[in-house]
Amino acid sequence: MLPFDFFRYTLKSVTAQRLRSLLTATGIAIGIGAVVLLTSLGEGLQQFVLAEFTQFGTNLISVNPGKVTTHGISGALISNVRPLTIEDARILKNIPQIIDTVSVVQGNAAIESGGRQRRTTIYGVDASAARVWRFEVAAGRFLPDDPPRAARSFVVLGSKVRRELFGSSQALGARVRIGGELFRVLGTMESKGQMLGFDLDDSVYIPTGKAMALFNRDSLMEINLLHSAGSSSTTVAEQVKKVLVARHGSEDFSITTQEKMLEVLGGVLDTLTFAVGAIGGISLLVGGVGILTIMSIAVNERTGEIGLLRAMGVERNQILALFLGEAVVLAAIGGLAGLGLGVGGSWLCSLLIPALPAHTSWSYAAAAELLAVVVGLLAGVLPARRAAALHPVEALRAE
Amino acid sequence: MIQLRHIERVFMVGEEEVHALRDVSITAEAGEYIAIMGPSGSGKSSLLNILGLLDRPDSGAYELDGTLVSNLDEKQQAAIRMHKIGFVFQFFHLVPRLSAFDNVALPLVLSGVKPDERQTRVSTALAAFGLGNRARHRPDQLSGGQRQRVAIARATIMQPSVILADEPTGNLDRSSGIEVAEILEELNHQGMTLIMVTHDPDMGKRSRRQILMVDGRVEGGKGEDRSP
Repeated sequence: MLPFDFFRYTLKSVTAQRLRSLLTATGIAIGIGAVVLLTSLGEGLQQFVLAEFTQFGTNLISVNPGKVTTHGISGALISNVRPLTIEDARILKNIPQIIDTVSVVQGNAAIESGGRQRRTTIYGVDASAARVWRFEVAAGRFLPDDPPRAARSFVVLGSKVRRELFGSSQALGARVRIGGELFRVLGTMESKGQMLGFDLDDSVYIPTGKAMALFNRDSLMEINLLHSAGSSSTTVAEQVKKVLVARHGSEDFSITTQEKMLEVLGGVLDTLTFAVGAIGGISLLVGGVGILTIMSIAVNERTGEIGLLRAMGVERNQILALFLGEAVVLAAIGGLAGLGLGVGGSWLCSLLIPALPAHTSWSYAAAAELLAVVVGLLAGVLPARRAAALHPVEALRAE
Repeated sequence: MIQLRHIERVFMVGEEEVHALRDVSITAEAGEYIAIMGPSGSGKSSLLNILGLLDRPDSGAYELDGTLVSNLDEKQQAAIRMHKIGFVFQFFHLVPRLSAFDNVALPLVLSGVKPDERQTRVSTALAAFGLGNRARHRPDQLSGGQRQRVAIARATIMQPSVILADEPTGNLDRSSGIEVAEILEELNHQGMTLIMVTHDPDMGKRSRRQILMVDGRVEGGKGEDRSP
């Protein structure tokens, strides 16, 4: 039998039962579709998350008060925790690999200019924040490098705050009132967009010392460290830990490196990937069982045909090949439909959520199709073996 | 030329042994026209299955065109079936999803004949059997007589030396049956050995020789007319 004829014969057997074959292939299509969609989105999602987290620059380490991992509750609740101070940040800056530090205090307050008032997020930061977080100043300049305890009352506005308070009028040099104190607008920021739901443009930046006074705090909420690109974040984190333990007497703080953060997110993504993969796997299994069922029925229905083929000189293993081929064709059709489904789905996804880049790699597509073929082969084995084992005389008598 | 020597075939039906064929010895010259007759259960079909290499005898020897085919392995027997034996069945055994053309072409397809050669051979055969305008029809669009003609065209497309027909007219009305018998006899005239199982006495009378099977044994002798 010529390969082309073999293919034509199996294809004809499949297409002769159009509806039945279509329904059977659907099972495989859903499985393959899920797998393809998942891998397409999975890669896009990874890129998306990575981009979100590196938009503030790489080589960042953050230090927070309290050891979350030992108590399971925020350190702020435990009285013997020594708070992080501006002094801590200043000492940490002496570590050679650390380029810059940002002492962060954050809170909500009303900001007022002229007749307009808006509640917004207030960040108390150092002059270094724009550098460390890669913020671009649109007009004016960022906060000056004043001594922390004697910082002047300057404010830098996020683009949305500037627009809401000043509209098209000049903001630079204007006076605004934050929590009852007057600040002079020194600069405005470029639009930065959102990060995981936080609107970074709806924020203002004032010196750390001013923010501490404003929110009535005597400690920092976080210290951000920028270390040199060449140094490993783990060794830098070790050094930070040593310095702080020496100052505090115990490890009453948490150090998070950016790598750790990405690792955690990677873990979440992996779990997600696994879950969708499991769904895809289950539907592939169900699809495989569907093919098994339909092929068993086909062998029963076509027992007479099998007898005829044997009478015409077709050998057992050729009968086996014919029915295996049919199962594979069924699965391959389902697989192709699944590819279409997956690629179309991820295209739709990227259309609806432009920030989420969906990308189907051809190697994954080929692997998915191969997977479908393997499922077809496995599902076809039992019925095909039964067909091959039929005695020609018995088979011919069946009709 | 067909030679069966001392063929025995025993089936187990439940606990019981059933002797389908007992010491059957038959010689058929090339080009003969033989009707195998007898009551149902007499072993006609078992004999035809042995002749068609669809079943193996428990003992005895079968020689076809000088080859001892009863000793061949399955692969070799399949090749003999493909090239030397054409089967015609009572219920036609056409593949329902294939057109008349594709049904006739099936043996050529299975033996790997190239499409353009198939095209000419099948067209010629269909025309010869009066089916030239039925090539694209599926079996369910054909009458019983037409179906059996398609089946005969398929059985003979490989130019076999033997045609084995199992009640070829059993499922046809009288006139279609005669038509089919005439076609088979024409092929016999062209030199193919025709062996037909039938229990229709009129069909049996048409043959040049009848073999009467009773209880697994051959009752009739060579050339004797045993029809009632």
